[in-house]
Amino acid sequence: MKKLVLFIPLLGFMVLGIFLYQGLYLNPQQLDSALEGKPVPFFELQQLDDENRIISNKDLIGTVALLNVWGTWCPSCKLEHPYLMHLAKQKLLPIHGINYRDQREAALAELKAVGDPYELNIFDPNGRLGVDLGVYGAPESYIIDHKGIIQHRYAGPIDAAVWEQELYPIIQKLQLAAQADGAQ
Amino acid sequence: MNRLLKGLLVFGTWFIAHVAATPVDTYPFKTVENQERAISLARSLRCPQCQNQDLVDSNSPVAQDLRLQVYKMVDAGKADDEIIQYMTQRYGEFVLYKPKLENKTYILWWGPLGLLLIGGLVGVIFIRQQRINKGTEPQISESDQKMLDELLKDNNKNE
Repeated sequence: MKKLVLFIPLLGFMVLGIFLYQGLYLNPQQLDSALEGKPVPFFELQQLDDENRIISNKDLIGTVALLNVWGTWCPSCKLEHPYLMHLAKQKLLPIHGINYRDQREAALAELKAVGDPYELNIFDPNGRLGVDLGVYGAPESYIIDHKGIIQHRYAGPIDAAVWEQELYPIIQKLQLAAQADGAQ
Repeated sequence: MNRLLKGLLVFGTWFIAHVAATPVDTYPFKTVENQERAISLARSLRCPQCQNQDLVDSNSPVAQDLRLQVYKMVDAGKADDEIIQYMTQRYGEFVLYKPKLENKTYILWWGPLGLLLIGGLVGVIFIRQQRINKGTEPQISESDQKMLDELLKDNNKNE
């Protein structure tokens, strides 16, 4: 019994060691979204390609969709763009853009030059919607379900690996749930 | 002349000590109190992008946005708690330099105190045991005592 007591510090050290060792593999740049499980915040903003049309959060309800925060000033968005085009061609789900802290002319010119993967494009020049969504950089992507609830946030450019391992499984589940709910 | 120089040096040192470099936002606060409260509040919130800077230090666009949001809310007469809630609802607990006291963070707040108590307890037990052992003479068996006596006899003869 007395001998066992001497092992307590070693045990304590090992528990702490395991705990800290796990911490080495966490990515501090990937913050959990505070909004997962909450509806898309209220907004009313102009459409990027038509300033007379107003898009609101209600327009995003009805189908599982991907919200993608982008801007022409953002190099990683340019990196991500070809893969978004590839996804848009597959027509797996609508991809909506949030044009974040950008200039309308520059954004429209960019889409004309390299292609437009987006169904709706929300123009957010002051980053108001960005702040409400908890955006802290670009690109960021949000998966929303058919009720307009944010189910997942991914910060960083989407590529094939991220899509197949992280995003698409979630999307498939949500689409099944949406079908069961009788939406489209 | 010398006194003037000394005075200048003292004033200069005092002046430098009282100037802190911060990015200046030309935000027209209603009152000086508002300005002080807003800046100290923004200093207590972490920038989600440049993760080791507070909202006042950071120059990232998102920090500028959030900083202005804090200033606006302070000027609109919102309470600190309300503003902190606004930030955590959007950016999570991460933006707080001081985590809230809740189930998840008990170990952060009380862990060090717990470790100190355990250490103290172990120390006290250890010292008390040593004291108890001090009062008892070491026991020696009868056969050992006989051997010892014989050895001592031999020793005395040889001298």
